[in-house]
Amino acid sequence: MCGGNVIVERGWAIAVHGGAGVDPELPPERQEQAKQVLRRCLQLGSSALRAGGAAIDTDPTFNSGRGSALTSKGTVEMEASIMDGPRRRCGAVSGLTTVKNPISLARLVMDRSPHSYLAFDGAEEFAREQGVEVVENDYFITEENVGMLKLAKEANTILFDYRVPLAETCSKAAAAAAAEDGGGLQMMNGLPLSVYAQETVGCVVVDSQGRCAAATSTGGLMNKKSGRIGDSPIIGAGTYACGACAVSCTGEGEAILRGTLARDVAALMEYKGLSLQEAVDFVIKERLDEGMAGLIAVSGTGDVAYGFNCTGMFRGCASSDGFLDVGIWN
Amino acid sequence: MGWAIALHGGAGDIPLSLPPERREPREAGLRHCLDIGVAALKAGRPILDVVELVVRELENWPYFNAGRGSVLTTDGTVEMEACIMDGATMDCGAVSGLTTVVNPISLARVVMEKTPHIYLGFEGAEAFAKEQGLETADPSHFITPENVERLKQAKEAKAVQVDYTEPSNAEIENGGPLMESSGGTVGCVAADGLGGLAAATSTGGLVNKMAGRIGDTPVIGAGTYANSFCAVSATGIGEAIIRGTVARDVAAVMEFRGLSLKEAAAFVVERGPKRTTGLVAVSADGEVAMPYNTIGMFRACATQDGYSEVSIWN
Repeated sequence: MCGGNVIVERGWAIAVHGGAGVDPELPPERQEQAKQVLRRCLQLGSSALRAGGAAIDTDPTFNSGRGSALTSKGTVEMEASIMDGPRRRCGAVSGLTTVKNPISLARLVMDRSPHSYLAFDGAEEFAREQGVEVVENDYFITEENVGMLKLAKEANTILFDYRVPLAETCSKAAAAAAAEDGGGLQMMNGLPLSVYAQETVGCVVVDSQGRCAAATSTGGLMNKKSGRIGDSPIIGAGTYACGACAVSCTGEGEAILRGTLARDVAALMEYKGLSLQEAVDFVIKERLDEGMAGLIAVSGTGDVAYGFNCTGMFRGCASSDGFLDVGIWN
Repeated sequence: MGWAIALHGGAGDIPLSLPPERREPREAGLRHCLDIGVAALKAGRPILDVVELVVRELENWPYFNAGRGSVLTTDGTVEMEACIMDGATMDCGAVSGLTTVVNPISLARVVMEKTPHIYLGFEGAEAFAKEQGLETADPSHFITPENVERLKQAKEAKAVQVDYTEPSNAEIENGGPLMESSGGTVGCVAADGLGGLAAATSTGGLVNKMAGRIGDTPVIGAGTYANSFCAVSATGIGEAIIRGTVARDVAAVMEFRGLSLKEAAAFVVERGPKRTTGLVAVSADGEVAMPYNTIGMFRACATQDGYSEVSIWN
């Protein structure tokens, strides 16, 4: 590299995830289907990056909206956030019921409003002002998830009742009940994995100029209380990007929130000088206690990393040196 | 060592020429709330109780931008948010978009203790409050003439104000100029000297904010945070505090760089854009820090060794 005012072109890298906490019994066709979607997303993102696109613009088309987890009322409430590393600008939305592409609205909050986070009716109103595509709420509802909701409600009736104060965390209580129930039932977020709708999606990118960006989008938790906000729209929890890295998380929202997972990866790099992989490993190992989660991350110097402490995480990574990999399990 | 408590009633461009009729009620409020917080600590109340009861008092005091006295959205309504966090367990609770709940901080605590969730917003949060039998009031209960006037001025200036009447321009990254003035968000942090730490924050947000706008207060790690190192409650321009993950960073800098509370708090505040951030923090061993990069911050603190303070400027 010559000196002077040269912009050092580094390699770009991209990682995507389709949710952590995968049913070990997931049929092979479903696994293959998921891997194809991940591959396609990576290819879309990679093309944009190869063409010199900026990290913040590189967002492979997700359709996390349709098939979203349902609230206890049987409706869909979506949330998302996006963060642009270079100046740490951010945008987030919660409680969306008609916006077809939540992450795009989050971006508009970042780019076209004086705020960082808009929710519920106010966010829906902003969506209309901005002219984004809207649909009826039942567009997002699938037969499969209606079935899942029913199962989740049945599971919750056995495991815990929201009106009863919990002496321990929900994961613990549910695991204890499941253990009594005959053991071996894998739990996450208080639900058996078999009903767990792992459709949070996320993407992190570093472009050839070292600019990082992160985005996360979700329908949230199956059978959640209407109004429940998880980690996906929370800057520092589910999403974070700065000069050093970009991170997107998935899994038990409450664990990710209290662990400020995404920010902690960056803080370890920034304040303790850890590498991206070291920071990711530390956070997964030390910041989750009994919580289950996973994350993907890229660094400003072109590294890509991921980690998870649960049964699996749908993910894929690609980088400018030709590397491309998708996976589910360890 | 020993217990420590600090509370704030908002950071911002609080003019040194603030007239007595605006200054005195706020100072009196801080003093009153400090006294009840200290009494609760001396009586050995659990640390979460201490911060909750102090913030409830601040919410009830109509001169601060929380609970009654909250600033108004662009629609002339009140949308309140709050957050509480327990440092020892790292349990937390947050609420946003409240319109009838008299004490948002108490609802945040109930979310933490009685649901498997951490954060509830808007209609869902309001419905939960009613289910749980929390005290509610007609939305008009929260609206004060001062805030109706503030909104009018903000609209005339076509700007979003933090909460005061002395307009000054502070352009921040996330969009157009935000008119910045004294932020009246309230918060309380406390340490019991035995490892117990807690933080609580409550606010009406920004004057003339868009309906549905959420600020830093309910965002864990931004406006509110507590772990085994310290408890932090921030105030100022929410958008800047969110980007800066202010509350989390104070604890992170202590842990990862080995700085003292005062050093860590000063570092985080100085690093942020000027005139956007203030915070109160206490550490597990009873240290207190109250840095701000605005003109002033309504604040008060006391420690077990007998020190106490109520101030606005330096």
